[in-house]
Amino acid sequence: MNPLALDAAALPSIIFTTAAQLVDCVDRRLLVVLRDGRKLIGILRSFDQYANLVLQDTVERIVVGSLYNDQPRGVYIIRGENVVLVGQTVRLCLIFMIVIAIIVLTPMQDPEKEATPLMKHVSLDEIFEAQQQESDSRRQREELKNSKLIDIGFSIDSQAEDMY
Amino acid sequence: MLFFSFYKTLIDEEVIVELKNDMSIRGTLKSVDQFLNIKLDDISVLDEIKYPHLSSVKNVFIRGSVVRYVHLPAAVVDTTLLEDASRKEAASQAAKAGGR
Repeated sequence: MNPLALDAAALPSIIFTTAAQLVDCVDRRLLVVLRDGRKLIGILRSFDQYANLVLQDTVERIVVGSLYNDQPRGVYIIRGENVVLVGQTVRLCLIFMIVIAIIVLTPMQDPEKEATPLMKHVSLDEIFEAQQQESDSRRQREELKNSKLIDIGFSIDSQAEDMY
Repeated sequence: MLFFSFYKTLIDEEVIVELKNDMSIRGTLKSVDQFLNIKLDDISVLDEIKYPHLSSVKNVFIRGSVVRYVHLPAAVVDTTLLEDASRKEAASQAAKAGGR
């Protein structure tokens, strides 16, 4: 008998449980997106079948357009129902190469923060200002839309923030 | 459990998962579990301009409860088989309900 076939039968390479999906994420730095839109980046230390998560050394990444700022937050226990997705970034060796490239190219910047090539790291004040601008313009758009809808006879439901 | 089994037949196929926050993620289906949580490899977000924070993410675990649609390649779905399996599942459910 083919020994490979025997191995495959005895040890199925993929076990279809939540634990099997998350276990290779443990002790890695992950990006967790929550239902309220927050993005947390931390080291996954524990989890269970509901995708309740424990994150250590967490930073909250505030993203507005292509600008972002990381705020240190500490340890999180996240209730699973609030999790949208858990993302693993490029493998460490790749990050290392990118980091080296960035150190060579721009010695003044913090290399870890440049792991996302499309985004620009800005100060807390700048990100708050950008956030404010974005929420203002969103509110204006919303008000305009609502007034147009009322004009043509629609009633406006209270705008739910949570889309889930 | 029918859809759990069905998803298991789609492992290693390229799918697009649309989330309830309107974000769509294309990737290779790597794993699925009883809650239909989905693990995708080699992902790309369809509207990368709108969601730049995922540009460095290569594989994701998506919680089943936030999924709106999973777009599948038509070629990998055997609809007759799926219909058959649905009927069998319905029949066994009915038998169970009748037995009570």
